[in-house]
Amino acid sequence: MYPKEFEYASPTSLGEAVALLKKMGPDAKVLAGGQSLVPLMKFRLASPKYLLDINGISNLEYIKENGKFISVGALTRHHSLERSELVKQKLGLFSETASWIGDPQVRNNGTIGGSLVHSDPAGDWGSAIIASRALLKIQSARRERIVDSDHFFKDTFTSAVAPNEILTEIRVPVPPDGGRSAGAYEKLERKAGDFATVGVGVQLTLSRNRKTFEQAGIGLTSLGPTNLRGKKAEKALVGKNVSLETIEEAGTAVSEEVKPTDDVLRGSAEYKRAMARVFLKRALTRAARKAGASGV
Amino acid sequence: MSKKPMSVRKTSRRSKKIWVPEVFSQKTIRVIVNGKEYVRDVKPRLLLVDFLRDSLGLTGTHVGCDTSNCGACTVILNGRSVKSCSMFAIQADGKEILTIEGLAKGNQFHPLQQAFWDNHGLQCGFCTPGMIMQAYWFLKENPHPSEEQIRWGIAGNLCRCTGYSNIVKAIQVASEKIGVEQMQVEPRKQRMVRRS
Repeated sequence: MYPKEFEYASPTSLGEAVALLKKMGPDAKVLAGGQSLVPLMKFRLASPKYLLDINGISNLEYIKENGKFISVGALTRHHSLERSELVKQKLGLFSETASWIGDPQVRNNGTIGGSLVHSDPAGDWGSAIIASRALLKIQSARRERIVDSDHFFKDTFTSAVAPNEILTEIRVPVPPDGGRSAGAYEKLERKAGDFATVGVGVQLTLSRNRKTFEQAGIGLTSLGPTNLRGKKAEKALVGKNVSLETIEEAGTAVSEEVKPTDDVLRGSAEYKRAMARVFLKRALTRAARKAGASGV
Repeated sequence: MSKKPMSVRKTSRRSKKIWVPEVFSQKTIRVIVNGKEYVRDVKPRLLLVDFLRDSLGLTGTHVGCDTSNCGACTVILNGRSVKSCSMFAIQADGKEILTIEGLAKGNQFHPLQQAFWDNHGLQCGFCTPGMIMQAYWFLKENPHPSEEQIRWGIAGNLCRCTGYSNIVKAIQVASEKIGVEQMQVEPRKQRMVRRS
């Protein structure tokens, strides 16, 4: 299968890239890992006139801690996030999420930024950035701006990144006190490497005595037109006792607030609603245990 | 489509700060495949797998599903396993590629190939090049894997004969028999050792 013909450029700096994007206009697509875009082009669901390959911009690929944030370059491969010791120690949610994406070859090539900008509601990273309340740095030829995770996804396959912009960095707040914070990602998939039937990312911080939920972030995959925040489920947790009852209530809340659709491949809306409840409960229980809770 | 690239360069000369790179509708690329350098003109839409098979005649790399599901087209690009049906040849410019043809040393199998041979790690053989290349990358990442880790390691490679048991066994045997040093493909070094 061949995509339609296109013209190709491979800038080596961000400045060059955004200057080119400005010239090319809306007929250009940015090529990062290409694990969604290239298949889309082969199916001719996407036929950009220009392809702007940003893989030559070496300073977009990094994971570093600076103060309150762990900053991840948009071009960082899923595999690097999966293997990073820093991420494993401080952002368990991110290393777990990375390990669930596609298959090893896809994780070798695919990038966190590419996946986010693609804005597939079945994308796993969306839930991780929502649960962790990450910030997203976006660059155009004219300016740099920061968008928070609640305003990043505009609609299915539509992010806040305009055609003349490039997502450059994902800034994840470092959770308070390593020991009482933990995250988890739970995913139901039909077969290895499939998109999520449902996916749930949680990021929890318990009180110092580990008795109550101090902070809770919940991101949901394949349960609406975009990745969603489980707002009602979060409310059901914060300030409440760490107990199976509280987790049960969050499960009920999430199954009421999600907006899944029937689909032939991965099940009915009703089924996904039920699975949202089950997988949220699993993720919460596991994260709470990791954060030192007893009795769940 | 016009053959002439868009006029970005002209505009860029006016810009003081940033040099805007050229936009190509055709480009000469230079790649090293299995230790040998190739220089070819390619159109941007030429897929890497078709470049390897049709332009270079290296037909060991297979096209299975052509939709990045099956992994039959797996090759090693600058040390990382990739599905060559899901990237463009032009992206490999200046890079190093290892395909199934680059594993054996003359008539001597690579230890992974030998393990697939010894353990009947194939039935029809179509998925085998991809399986072996993925296993090659996986064992470099994880030299002493458990059976479960092997299964996750080849999760991106499908065998329609469902011959997974022996494939997994072959990879396990290979991991037990060979050290990381032997995993590396270094034909020149090997030849020198033999001569001395």
